[in-house]
Amino acid sequence: MITPSVTVLSMRGIVKRFGGVAAVAGVDLDVRQGDVHAVIGENGAGKSTLMKVLSGAYSPDAGTMTLDGEAYAPRHPHEARARGVAMIYQELTLCPHLTVAENIVLGREPRRRGVVDRDAMRAEAERALAWLDHSGLAPDRRVGSLAPGARQIVEIARAIAANARIVVMDEPTSSLSKPEAEQLFAAIDRLRARGVGIVYISHFLEEIRRVADRYTVLRDGRSVATGDVERADESFAARILEAMAGRRVDETYPQVAHERGEPILELDELTGVRTPERARLLLHRGEILGIAGLVGAGRTELLRAVFGLDAVRSGRVRVATVWDRGAPPWVRLGQGVGLLSEDRKEEGLALGLSVADNIALSSPPARFGFISTAKRNASAAALGARLSLRARDPNQPAAELSGGNQQKIAIARLLHHNADVLLLDEPTRGIDVASKADLYRLMGELAHDGKGVLFVSSYLPELLGVCDRIAVMTRGRLGDPRPATEWSSTSLLEAATGAANG
Amino acid sequence: MADGKRASVLDLVGPFAGLIAVAALFAVLEPATFLSVYNLQTIAAQTVIVGLGAIGMTFVIVSGGIDLSVGSAIALSSVVTALALREGWNPAIAALAGAAAGLAIGIANGIVIARAKVVPFIVTLGTMGVARGVAKYLAGEQKIDAPPGWLAEVMARTPEPAWLIVAPGVWMLAILAVAMGIVLTRTVFGLHTYAIGSSEPTAHLSGVRVARTKTLIYAVSGLFAGLAGVVQYARLTVGDPTTAVGKELDVIAAVVIGGASLSGGVGGITGSLVGAFLMTVLANGCTLTGVPNYVQEILIGLIIVVAVAVDRLRHRQA
Repeated sequence: MITPSVTVLSMRGIVKRFGGVAAVAGVDLDVRQGDVHAVIGENGAGKSTLMKVLSGAYSPDAGTMTLDGEAYAPRHPHEARARGVAMIYQELTLCPHLTVAENIVLGREPRRRGVVDRDAMRAEAERALAWLDHSGLAPDRRVGSLAPGARQIVEIARAIAANARIVVMDEPTSSLSKPEAEQLFAAIDRLRARGVGIVYISHFLEEIRRVADRYTVLRDGRSVATGDVERADESFAARILEAMAGRRVDETYPQVAHERGEPILELDELTGVRTPERARLLLHRGEILGIAGLVGAGRTELLRAVFGLDAVRSGRVRVATVWDRGAPPWVRLGQGVGLLSEDRKEEGLALGLSVADNIALSSPPARFGFISTAKRNASAAALGARLSLRARDPNQPAAELSGGNQQKIAIARLLHHNADVLLLDEPTRGIDVASKADLYRLMGELAHDGKGVLFVSSYLPELLGVCDRIAVMTRGRLGDPRPATEWSSTSLLEAATGAANG
Repeated sequence: MADGKRASVLDLVGPFAGLIAVAALFAVLEPATFLSVYNLQTIAAQTVIVGLGAIGMTFVIVSGGIDLSVGSAIALSSVVTALALREGWNPAIAALAGAAAGLAIGIANGIVIARAKVVPFIVTLGTMGVARGVAKYLAGEQKIDAPPGWLAEVMARTPEPAWLIVAPGVWMLAILAVAMGIVLTRTVFGLHTYAIGSSEPTAHLSGVRVARTKTLIYAVSGLFAGLAGVVQYARLTVGDPTTAVGKELDVIAAVVIGGASLSGGVGGITGSLVGAFLMTVLANGCTLTGVPNYVQEILIGLIIVVAVAVDRLRHRQA
């Protein structure tokens, strides 16, 4: 192993402005050879902008970068790649129709007499895969047929084949199962041994503790803390959180008193195409019911089946007093059931439409089919004020708002619709700490007003802090809900991983 | 309505400026003939067919779709109108029959696109062939001569009574444009059209009845192609199954020059009409100045690409 001492990449005083707003307002970052350097920060702290500067997608307004001691100022991503900076994005950037080998050499295809030298291409791919201890991955397989973990390996192999000096990984484990993540960590160790510098962006402190050597915390576009990852130190996580938030983080969950009323949603042996499997559930008015589980356990599919976005294979759903065997979203909305999608950009919002149109979309104020613009804008303004939505005016396109504010628009639509049953799928994902507290309070208020809330989350503390009852979903099966007071993080996790029943 | 990316005043500046620039150019080159009342009346009348098609196409393109069957639907409609007149039907009924033929094509497009979920390009490519074939079959592969009755007046360049100034067909275009502009910007159907084009999954999740709305959108496009076919008949007073070949491309070009995005969610009726006028003015001016037809085709091709490229550049900076 190479001693991690030589600095591969150095970023000094990086500033990047958009209009009047500085997304990055002074960041220093040093990545040493063979080090995994974690970049940590809340959404909007400037991580992705910083990485786009590093990868040549943006040019910085101020600051300097050096790579292997030489000035580094890429004008476009292609130049960055040529200099040895490889990016591995959350949404993988592989071509699903091409083979593993074709993807690995894409853009640098070995040629002979003007045509692609397929033998050299395969050899190069095999060499890179062997390096990663993944000789089992056939170079001729189509990438589209691979599991997410294997695709991640192909991405890394591509970086190795290109002789990358710096590999940037943006939330690389977000779509991976546990064994796949372990595989990835092993691959990272191999990169490290090769002397590659790794920039590792992640939200998960546990993961950072597992793989990273050093860390830098970004807050409001500045680097506010940097140091060695102390794997053994228990207070490490608390210190990082404090640096991220800029204050002591009280993991508080504002409580609003609410009382359980009559049943409003019942599932009877509800079965989807793959998941859920024979789900039974009873949600009451004035109740927040949490659903815990691992990614891929089928929680999203459960909500989608109830709401009619996915097909129902068998079983029944009861809303208020009416039983049916599944119904499309427009019927569910008519019954007063609303869903907040976890996929905000693709499914939650029509980004090209205005804030007001997005809020009014499921129930525009109309007479004889004609929309009242005044009423639409008035209710958008009222809901905006209630949710402290930061928008210039109701006619601003939703695309111009930050992630947290976009999420508020999607929630405002459910409030505008005055839904009685709210199916919330990871509602706090990607929003800042203060907005989270607002959202928890809102859920309490909704329960107080007699609404039923079904709350899917992967973050156990918020489930424990907010819900009245919690059910755990494991591999498509929904367990019986129990009062939140009877659960702990440990017991939830045990139930989610199936450890509790052997 | 200046909200979101829906046609704002600013979005219309480009197409308007283009139209004025082209008109000014010809006004300088051929002041006597180009600016004559008769020629302006001609330009207005020539715009009617592409303009009607563009109204319907605007709904389709705003929803993120495409309708390639418009040219064939125009031909079918003109043949149906002529056949009905030859059978001695009342001109009003004959016109309705022509419009209904277009509507039928549109509904067929809509149902297959919305229910069988085949991409619009393929479905309308298919109906483009089907409608053309049916038109030829009905017409027995020849032009249908029929007494137009008062339908001929619809496209009379110098109208009776004279206070109309332009042909009645031009007024029809104007009234329908205003009405459909209101439908697109003020109604729930219009909002749903934008929402589907902007993000279909979001529209579905928000309770928009996507399949029904899409069927209606293609029905609107078919109906307006049908109306354009009636006007086409009125202009030539023959039902011609081989007419309007490639007309759908002029219509699409007008909508795109008018600021609509082929990826959906953006566009408006006013812009599309400006686009339609731009194309007519260009064709008319080129003829007057004696520029050969091929130059005209090259110019229109370039204008389409430049208009869209300028629009993209502007949005990237914004």
